[in-house]
Amino acid sequence: MWRFIGFRILQAIPVILAVITVTFFLVRAAPGGPFDSEKAVSEQVKAALEARYRLDQPMYEQYLSYLGDLLQGDMGPSFYYPGRSVNDLIFQGLPITAELGLYALLIALIIGCAAGVFAALKPNTVQDYLPMSVAMIGICMPSFLLGPLLVLIFGIWLDVMPVSGWGQTMGDKVLPSITLGAMYAAYIARLSRSGMLEVMNQDYLRTARAKGLPERTVVLRHALRGGLLPVISFLGPAFAALLSGSFVVETVFQIPGLGRFYIQAAFNRDYTMILGTTVFLSTLIVIFNLLSDIVAAWLNPRLRYQFRQ
Amino acid sequence: MTETTDNLVQAMPKGTSLWEDAFHRLRKNRLAMFGLCYLLFLIVLCLLTPLIAPYGYEEQNLRLGAVPPNAEHWLGTDTFGRDMFTRILYGGRISLLVGFIATFVALLIGVTYGAIAGYAGGKVDAIMMRLVDIFYALPYMIFIILLMVVFGRNLLLLFLAIGAVEWLVMARIVRGQVQSLRQQEYVEAAMSLGLSPFAIITRHLIPNALGPVIVYTTLTIPNVMLLEAFLSFLGLGIQPPQSSWGVLISYGVETMEEYPWLLIFPGLALTITLFALNFFGDGLRDALDPKASKD
Amino acid sequence: MLFTRARLFALSVTLLLAACGGSSDSETRVEVGNREGVFHFGNHSEPQGLDPHIVTGVPEHHILGALFEGLVTKNPYDLSIEPGVAESWEISDDGKMYTFHLRDNAKWSNGDPVTAEDFRWSWQRGMSPILGGEYSYMYNPIENAEAYNSGQMADFSQVGVKVLDDYTLQVKLAAPTPYFLQLLDHYSMFPVHRATIEKFGSPDDRLTQWAQEGNIVTNGAFVLTEWQINSHLRVEKSPLYWDADEIKLNAIVFYPTENLVTEERMFRDGQLHRTEEIPLDKLIAYQTEQPEITRVEPWIGSYFYMFNTTREPLTDVRVRKAVAMAIDRELIAETVTQGLYIKSTALVPPGTVGYNPPKTFDFNPEEARQLLAEAGYPNGEGFPPMDILYNTHEDHRKIAVAIQQMLAQNLNIQVNLVNQEWKVYLDSHNNMNYDIARRGWIGDYVDPYTFLNMYITDGGNNKTGFSNARYDDIILNLAPAELDRDKRYALYHEAETILLENMPILPIFTYQYKHLFATSVKGMPDNIMGYYNYKYVYLEPEA
Repeated sequence: MWRFIGFRILQAIPVILAVITVTFFLVRAAPGGPFDSEKAVSEQVKAALEARYRLDQPMYEQYLSYLGDLLQGDMGPSFYYPGRSVNDLIFQGLPITAELGLYALLIALIIGCAAGVFAALKPNTVQDYLPMSVAMIGICMPSFLLGPLLVLIFGIWLDVMPVSGWGQTMGDKVLPSITLGAMYAAYIARLSRSGMLEVMNQDYLRTARAKGLPERTVVLRHALRGGLLPVISFLGPAFAALLSGSFVVETVFQIPGLGRFYIQAAFNRDYTMILGTTVFLSTLIVIFNLLSDIVAAWLNPRLRYQFRQ
Repeated sequence: MTETTDNLVQAMPKGTSLWEDAFHRLRKNRLAMFGLCYLLFLIVLCLLTPLIAPYGYEEQNLRLGAVPPNAEHWLGTDTFGRDMFTRILYGGRISLLVGFIATFVALLIGVTYGAIAGYAGGKVDAIMMRLVDIFYALPYMIFIILLMVVFGRNLLLLFLAIGAVEWLVMARIVRGQVQSLRQQEYVEAAMSLGLSPFAIITRHLIPNALGPVIVYTTLTIPNVMLLEAFLSFLGLGIQPPQSSWGVLISYGVETMEEYPWLLIFPGLALTITLFALNFFGDGLRDALDPKASKD
Repeated sequence: MLFTRARLFALSVTLLLAACGGSSDSETRVEVGNREGVFHFGNHSEPQGLDPHIVTGVPEHHILGALFEGLVTKNPYDLSIEPGVAESWEISDDGKMYTFHLRDNAKWSNGDPVTAEDFRWSWQRGMSPILGGEYSYMYNPIENAEAYNSGQMADFSQVGVKVLDDYTLQVKLAAPTPYFLQLLDHYSMFPVHRATIEKFGSPDDRLTQWAQEGNIVTNGAFVLTEWQINSHLRVEKSPLYWDADEIKLNAIVFYPTENLVTEERMFRDGQLHRTEEIPLDKLIAYQTEQPEITRVEPWIGSYFYMFNTTREPLTDVRVRKAVAMAIDRELIAETVTQGLYIKSTALVPPGTVGYNPPKTFDFNPEEARQLLAEAGYPNGEGFPPMDILYNTHEDHRKIAVAIQQMLAQNLNIQVNLVNQEWKVYLDSHNNMNYDIARRGWIGDYVDPYTFLNMYITDGGNNKTGFSNARYDDIILNLAPAELDRDKRYALYHEAETILLENMPILPIFTYQYKHLFATSVKGMPDNIMGYYNYKYVYLEPEA
């Protein structure tokens, strides 16, 4: 087991390194330096600025200096907000995005699993078709359509929900979380349904039923564990997807999270911020995928047995 | 006596091939058939758009402004007085175009890559799949946004960027298929019969691997369309004067209170099309392998 | 059974939603603000920073006006000059020597007194060629300031700023500049606290942290208490301000409301006292149904397109004029901008303190076609496709789309639309990497010079390739020396006529600003600069 974990961690390192390198050079290739401005700036000034930000060094040197700083945990100064470091900005936006992601994931898991399991109990009946069709809507309606619609209905017409913000008015966390969670609720519903279906007819369940156990216990104690396995494997990619999804939701609802920071940084050519955010998020995703794989392996008795050897 | 024998013969089921079986199952799935019909209808509509569109694509009528659906403008007009029916048709052309082409790019890269890895096996396979894992771990959204911001928005780049993201899963699937198929007995038989690798690949491996590839392709298209819509919503995808459904939706969101039809119709168009694609894809998957797990 | 679980779940979700809702019953943020004297200000975008010598935008301007104070301020009702840190001043007869007497009770937020030396040091920093403040050209009227700023002169003692004693500052100008006092109220000429800046690094270094929450020391009516990026920035009344008794507001909170559709909804939700914009599509509705909260007033700004006169076929003035005459500005103003912008055929907005710009052309599609034919493109034949570049914004897009269509219709030429984010757009603009580019210019002070100044040969803001010797002569030499206003305006008129005859720019509109203001806001009257003086502002809770 430990060898497996160690091996996967080793694999993660070149991934992260690749991300840093690719992003670094991609960002430098961008037109529009960070210091272009409307009012004319003299050559002398531009030179001074570029020296300060190390932009006058050859690319190769800049890259190495950046790596060096990174190892010490320093992601450099922001190009766009003078006097602020990228670390500052990331750690300001991170808790908010994390909270949003957490609520969305909870909503997705609870609603998704409940719906999927529910549907799997009576396949090919209304109990099955109804939740699955609703789930399909979640997949087919993009969040930038769903979000504004929810705002229109609940925020404006019915006036029971705040329209934007996060943590400023009571209840303003509800709509964004639902918007973000909706799509993943749908996926999870489908996953858990198919997982449950596969498991429901297995022999060991028949044994349990033959023993006289009530259906409820059969489902909850025996079926769920196997049936929800695909959901657990999905959690890794789901996390990555949630991060991307948060870009839109944060924009629509004006939430000061990491996603919004990233988009602004891209538009503002804030090189260091772009790099920092990308590296940070990629590392998080890699870690999360790793964790998810480990948990899935541990839960799946077959795999676990393999690793014991 | 003869009558009974005839009845017996009639009662016996006819032998069917894999494809006929699949098609039969597909026909029975009503949702999938609805999806297919809708898609065919949409494609025809979009192909014929230049002939059937009632107005010019960019024809403005500034004094008219935005009006709700009426006899002259079936789906209303936008704030420039442009006919929405026309714009949605043209938007559909672009959205579908991006969907199909980007998926095709992904397909091409993915199938080639996966087939090579699967057939070669061993070290080559291990390295190739490691690369796939690496790319899979990257937050693709970040990179696509970065690509579009850095290199400006043009259509070609959009195809490449999106295609470059979606090929990964395709490669994995194809490789998995090829790998398992390679070990099948009939392939061993073919090999011992002296068939060339090329013949083996074309006559045995690809047709059998085709099933999941087709299914996954059909399911990739809606993902691609969603991705394009999202990028356009951010202002990074299709640029004016061209519009895709994603662009139309983003314009519609701006004015959704005063002119809700500007949001509803493009939104419906996109959602229903995605619905149809997903149902059809699901149906295909169920048809080709009813025991396959969803997702 | 599972059914019960499902029902329980549904019930709890509904309860949760109901508990979170009810925002309509409780007091809105604006109502609370009215009671507590807290102003909620929609400020469009997150400020890049708070260093007055580095920042450039309007959002920063709104915040810096609360945190700092210059030598003088302005009266928001008529834009007349009022004492700021300087209680009084004298101007010599030749208009070139200003002597400012600073009050002795002006304090920094850490208790230090504000002295004349503070201003001298701050201005030296503002003019520093290494710091590279983008508004350093504001100092140009001061003798030798330009030379110092461009690095040609290293000795600052040659620059016309002298400290006569702790509270007396003497400024010598290169030419009598009638609008000089107005410049002093621009944030680029605000004082900064030397000890604080030097504590955090070199004064010429942009990247120090002196202007962050917790570090910054200011001299204005308000002090910075909270700054959460992308969320809000809060300033509170400063007890040390010399005129603290006059300040009626207790705090101002600035919100980066970038999305103007969301901003309008926030306003309706009672979360903002003032919005930065109004979505164009709602403008007419607001003006007709709720005029008491809608402010649409002339703003000293010009909306125009620039021609890159170094690129074919724009090198030919006939082509440029043809394009200009093919656009029906009135139609766009009425329909696309819903009457927000006003048609303009000149650079300087008409009525700018009594100045009336020349009129050399108008919408005339036939003449436009003729000119185009003369230039060698009859009916648009052979005309190469061109790009119109604009910075990403819903309003600019709408206008550009309409213009694109008009050019196709009236001249039969094809133009493409290219939009770029601000930074990239600036890059393209500065490197003259465009065919036609959208430009907006808001006056920094109330005098036509702030516009005409742009188009001198090789001027930093003249990125069109336009160059005219007579124009330069008027703008650089004759006008600044002319004390008599009518004579000066005649010179301006001549210069602008030259400009329009050559058409390096394509005038389109003059601006009006558009804001929503809650009725409880008092003391923020309309004026042509969109200028706020927080000393005058107070909130009246609605009955």
